[in-house]
Amino acid sequence: MLSNPRITMNAESNILVCTDGSIYSPSVYDHALWAAQRLGSKIHVMHMIDPTHDAGELHNFSGSIGFDARQNLKTELVNLEAARGKAAKARSKAILEAARNHFQKAEFGNLIVEAIHGHLAESIEENEADTDLVVIGKRGESADFKRMHLGANVERVIRSCHHPVLVASRAFRPIRRVLVAYDGGPSAQKAIDFMMESPLFRGTELDLLTVGRPHPKVEESLAEACSRLEKEGYHTRQLHRDGHPEEVFSQFIGEENIDLLIMGAYGHSRIRQLIVGSTTTTMVRTCRIPILMFR
Amino acid sequence: MFSKSYFKEWFHNPRRDIIAGAVVALALIPEAIAFSIIAGVDPKVGLYASFCMAVVIAFVGGRSGMISAATAAMALLMVTLVKEHGLEYLLAATLLTGFLQILAGIFRLGNLMCFVSRSVVTGFVNALAILIFLAQLPEFKGQGWLMWTMVAAGLGIIYGLPRLTKAVPSPLICILVLTVVSISLGLGDTLRTVGDMGELPSTIPVFFFPDIPLTWGTLMIILPYSIPLAIVGLLESLMTQTIVDDLTDTTSSRNRECTGQGIGNLVCGVFGGMASCAMIGQSVINVQSGGRGRLSTFAAGIFLLILIVVLGDWVARIPMAALVAVMIMVSIGTFSWRSIRDIKVNHRTSTIVMVSTVVTVVATHNLALGVGVGVLLSALFFAYKVSRLLSIDSELQEDEQKRTYFVRGQLFFVSASKFGESFDFREVVEQVRIDVSEAHFWDLSAINALDRVVLKFRREGTEVEVFGLNEASKTLVLKIAKHDKPGASAEVGGH
Repeated sequence: MLSNPRITMNAESNILVCTDGSIYSPSVYDHALWAAQRLGSKIHVMHMIDPTHDAGELHNFSGSIGFDARQNLKTELVNLEAARGKAAKARSKAILEAARNHFQKAEFGNLIVEAIHGHLAESIEENEADTDLVVIGKRGESADFKRMHLGANVERVIRSCHHPVLVASRAFRPIRRVLVAYDGGPSAQKAIDFMMESPLFRGTELDLLTVGRPHPKVEESLAEACSRLEKEGYHTRQLHRDGHPEEVFSQFIGEENIDLLIMGAYGHSRIRQLIVGSTTTTMVRTCRIPILMFR
Repeated sequence: MFSKSYFKEWFHNPRRDIIAGAVVALALIPEAIAFSIIAGVDPKVGLYASFCMAVVIAFVGGRSGMISAATAAMALLMVTLVKEHGLEYLLAATLLTGFLQILAGIFRLGNLMCFVSRSVVTGFVNALAILIFLAQLPEFKGQGWLMWTMVAAGLGIIYGLPRLTKAVPSPLICILVLTVVSISLGLGDTLRTVGDMGELPSTIPVFFFPDIPLTWGTLMIILPYSIPLAIVGLLESLMTQTIVDDLTDTTSSRNRECTGQGIGNLVCGVFGGMASCAMIGQSVINVQSGGRGRLSTFAAGIFLLILIVVLGDWVARIPMAALVAVMIMVSIGTFSWRSIRDIKVNHRTSTIVMVSTVVTVVATHNLALGVGVGVLLSALFFAYKVSRLLSIDSELQEDEQKRTYFVRGQLFFVSASKFGESFDFREVVEQVRIDVSEAHFWDLSAINALDRVVLKFRREGTEVEVFGLNEASKTLVLKIAKHDKPGASAEVGGH
């Protein structure tokens, strides 16, 4: 039953929180806080400073190289990037300070705050071993609300991360009703296993919903999942609806006043997603509640 | 390979990459033409090579933003092959070079670059600059003061114009102005032009297989050229890669670059181009102009082709003086002038390594030999330096009957004799203890030296105890040493 021993919650459990100082950040901290208080884990806030080595403002198209061209060019580039690096560091410091204040106000002390040079997805991989849950904002710094775009990093993180990823919505509200998008696949099983072991969702109402043409196998495993969860003391409802997954889930979430969606992420190959699009990406983009993803 | 990051390597910086590509293309033309002439082939061979190499390496190279094309280093190695056997054999040698380089990539020989020290790299770069410069001198022969004036004027434009504006490539202006002056004053008759040097390309390159007999004899002709071509090509490419890595503060795959260079040369060979490799000067120009992505290399190749195919008639009328001026700029920009100033500061051995590399290359016109000498010298100097990290002290105890020797440092073939000489065999004591807990025995010679010392003491009737061998040394001693085996005798010392 323990498909992933790392998600068993113990005293060492750790929530990795990725922040970029965007307007999603306070909500990301609140979601992390909620999870940390339920799991009794510590919070690790991480801000990434992207190493951009762009050509920058070096406007030299002279194509002429003189004495010690390499050394002079290097000095010039180093100075340029040093100035930018310092600005980025100052900004990062402010962001982390804000994060610290946020948690201080909530009187949460079990906190590590750090800035790292590099790309987010890589750093998450590096921290993989001692992470149990990753919290990230739905949209980042370069968010474009009109087009409902995902933050540049969200998709990469979800794709590369082996831990559950909690994608925070714009604002936090208490989690009372939880919808599980159940398709009988391995990620969905992983989600059920997680709930069996973790205290994160104890006391919430669980709706397990499958969408699409009825399939006896899926029905069967849905029933089994429900009974397993009931045994653990959850209140569950077992539901089935017809239609397009994206639309049905969105509608259900609106009608039933759902607070959080649990789903498996990126079940299909990339090539298929290129052609038919990805349910996961659409869901993250369109629904306005936090989503907990399992891969 | 075709991952998101590969995509990013292409398109993260498109506008600047394309501009930089155009600037670099201008610096490619003189080198491609000048070194085709050195190699003894038509300029079109070098120009086709530069186009093919730049475009192919943009896709398969290991280092984005690095420029590869027909180079001086390679051209100098093929002179006699072209003279004795002709162009077809050069193309065949190019194919074989590509094949060898792919093998080098597959067998990860790119990792061997770690043996090339900073001083060797500096020596290589300086030697290359000197070769590029020397290759320009024949152009002055029998040309008189007019040539000197034109080149001086060209250099004046190249280095003067950037003081006014850095928005236009000064080599372009130099070429334009000198061409206009040459045509309008009718200097085309007295001054050599590009058109005088041989056939220029009039079409895009076409595919053809070199027309040579596929025999053992052919292989024996081209192999002695292909091996140094492959080595020099990879050396210059990997060194350029280090330089670009350094300038842009990013990393890239050495072995992938080896394979990429190989594929590039295979393509060159079947499209009528000569063997090529990465170029230090032009890569620096690319980075300086803001080129970072694969697109910049690709753009350089495409612009080069457009320039020569579309403007071919005009290219033919460019006076050689203009190209010589651009090549002198490349050689000045490639040379590490600071290395001359640093001679005062650097350790004597690094200077010797650097200068030996330069001298060997300039004498043989073979960069591979220079690097070989440089690497060998650095290894010898290093071995010597490490051998000096050996100290042996001793202490007399207990009624002058027991002496303890403390050996500290690295014991290997270089330091072995010093080790043997550091013991006093004439002193009469009952017991000698040799404490080697802070020493490391690296090889046969070290173990042998220990053996000799122990047995020599025994012959004097002294009891010897060796203690404190570390684990690595212990395995070696257990395997090879004789003093600790029954029946140790005087046979020790035979090695």
